[in-house]
Amino acid sequence: MTGHRNSIIFWGGVAVFLVAVLTMTQIVRNEYPFFAGYVILQFIALAVAWSILGGYAGYVNFGTNAFFGVGVYTAVALFKATGAPLVVQIAAAAVVGMTLGFGVGLLTLRMRGIFFSIATIALAIIIETFVMNWRFVGGAAGIQIQRPPVMAPFDSYVKMLFFVQAILAVTAISIARYIQNSKVGRGLQALRDDELAAECTGVPTLKLKLIACMISGALISAAGAPAAMYLQYADPFSAFNLTYSVSALAMALIGGTAHWIGPVLGAILLGSTQQFLAVTISSEVNVLVLGIMLVLFVVGAPKGIIGLLRPRYRLRAGGKP
Amino acid sequence: MFSIDLLLGAVVLGVLLGCFYAAVSVGLSVSFGLLDVPHVAHPAFLVLASYGVYQLNESYDIDPLLAGLAITPLFFLFGLLAYRTYHETFEKRGSDAAVRGIAFFFGIAFIIEVLIILQFGVDQRSVTATYIGKSWRFGEMRIPIRQLVAFAVALTLTALLAVYLSKTFMGRAIRAVAQDEEALRLMGANPVRIKQYAFGIATAVLGIAGALLIIVAPVEPTLDRAYIGRTFCVVVMAGLGSISGTLIAAIILGVAESIVLTLFGASWAPAISFAMLLGVLAVRPQGLLGR
Repeated sequence: MTGHRNSIIFWGGVAVFLVAVLTMTQIVRNEYPFFAGYVILQFIALAVAWSILGGYAGYVNFGTNAFFGVGVYTAVALFKATGAPLVVQIAAAAVVGMTLGFGVGLLTLRMRGIFFSIATIALAIIIETFVMNWRFVGGAAGIQIQRPPVMAPFDSYVKMLFFVQAILAVTAISIARYIQNSKVGRGLQALRDDELAAECTGVPTLKLKLIACMISGALISAAGAPAAMYLQYADPFSAFNLTYSVSALAMALIGGTAHWIGPVLGAILLGSTQQFLAVTISSEVNVLVLGIMLVLFVVGAPKGIIGLLRPRYRLRAGGKP
Repeated sequence: MFSIDLLLGAVVLGVLLGCFYAAVSVGLSVSFGLLDVPHVAHPAFLVLASYGVYQLNESYDIDPLLAGLAITPLFFLFGLLAYRTYHETFEKRGSDAAVRGIAFFFGIAFIIEVLIILQFGVDQRSVTATYIGKSWRFGEMRIPIRQLVAFAVALTLTALLAVYLSKTFMGRAIRAVAQDEEALRLMGANPVRIKQYAFGIATAVLGIAGALLIIVAPVEPTLDRAYIGRTFCVVVMAGLGSISGTLIAAIILGVAESIVLTLFGASWAPAISFAMLLGVLAVRPQGLLGR
């Protein structure tokens, strides 16, 4: 019964949030809140998507930037070739991200722990190198994007992107929440705690890992797809920037990965701090703050913010000292 | 366009480059290969050492190699501290700690990168010394003397570390702790202290390696990202913890990079080490000379 009531509260919250976002795009004149809000929503999507593989399954993916960049460039290539609308770009990015996720999932067959993490960095660099040598999308120099006219009911493209990213973030959260409460999530947790034991007790570990990698990958690529339209520009160095990897990982771990709300909290907290710092001080300092927070939390509060807020999670997850 | 001379030149330069890669990777071969510490921040420590050398060279006009030697004790202490922190917070806690250990070093790497940017800016930095900027001619081939210096020092450094690990008491203790920590504990030794010392040595070596890095080419704060691929490629290909394997693997990487650079151009170079790393991980995870 409580599960049912939780669901009603959750979907009610989602509806209220989306309506609020839509209303905000119609009322607020100033574009700046949408510029900043877009980035925070993007980080929510990235952190939540990262945590499906990194948090639930315990495979630390350093390749968030690979999926992000692939999303950006799928959208760019498609837009340049056919002028496809944003929805199609996002869908295509999700499909490509899912395919890449399948490949990464196969890596988990032979690699665990640090080897998996390093392999995902390797993948990111290799894809980036290919994009750098791909003339059609501008190569290393990057490419300018001319935004198409904005669709009703929005009066500016940034507002529309803000709304789109809100939908993507909500999608990521809903999927993460669903996985967490389903058999898949429990299977992933089992294989995170002890993969061999899980395999022996009949948990289909490979299938679950593939599912986690594909969903996580699709969500990250989808979240990256509108970035080129947002910046009106794309280049390999920023699309495949390792900062996306460290941000997604840090926000998820700082928030706590035992529950989907953790990455959301982490992304809101760090995302808004970063926006504030980037405007008031410098963009270097905000990466510094991110790194320091990550190290402090990993050392001092292994269960993240939700572990601090609700000791219950610490007790439940902390069977071992 | 393609000729045997060109290829031969690429191979020679590749061997020189490879020995240099061995020098920047041996530390990781100890810390990751022998001690199983997921030391993703190794390349960041390396670049930090280069900036230390740059600072000494810039302000006091000290020879970069001497400067590298001078910061070695500092890096030794730095290594002791890093391992102690890692051990206290992660190794002691057991299972779930592995994920956080990786994130910890990833975070440290980023902090170092940003601190370097804040202190020195994003521009490339280089050092000055009498042997930098000149080159020797052998017929058609020109070899920069800086490469030769790096080659000689790198080879010496790697050989010294190999001898240290196989001949001295402490070196053998380090290899023993890598083989069987529990047995060492039963014999009354303290494995944590030995590992801490070994991590210190592995970090101290970076003082010299950092000097070589900035001698070979100018450095920039984000250079560590490229070296994540190179160093881990070398260490994994070598077979974890094997010093002679490290040298062989590094030369293979150096030659491969040099040939690709000559045939296809510089834009493909960054992917070589990572592609080789992926290949090794997929096909032969225990490396060439795996333990």
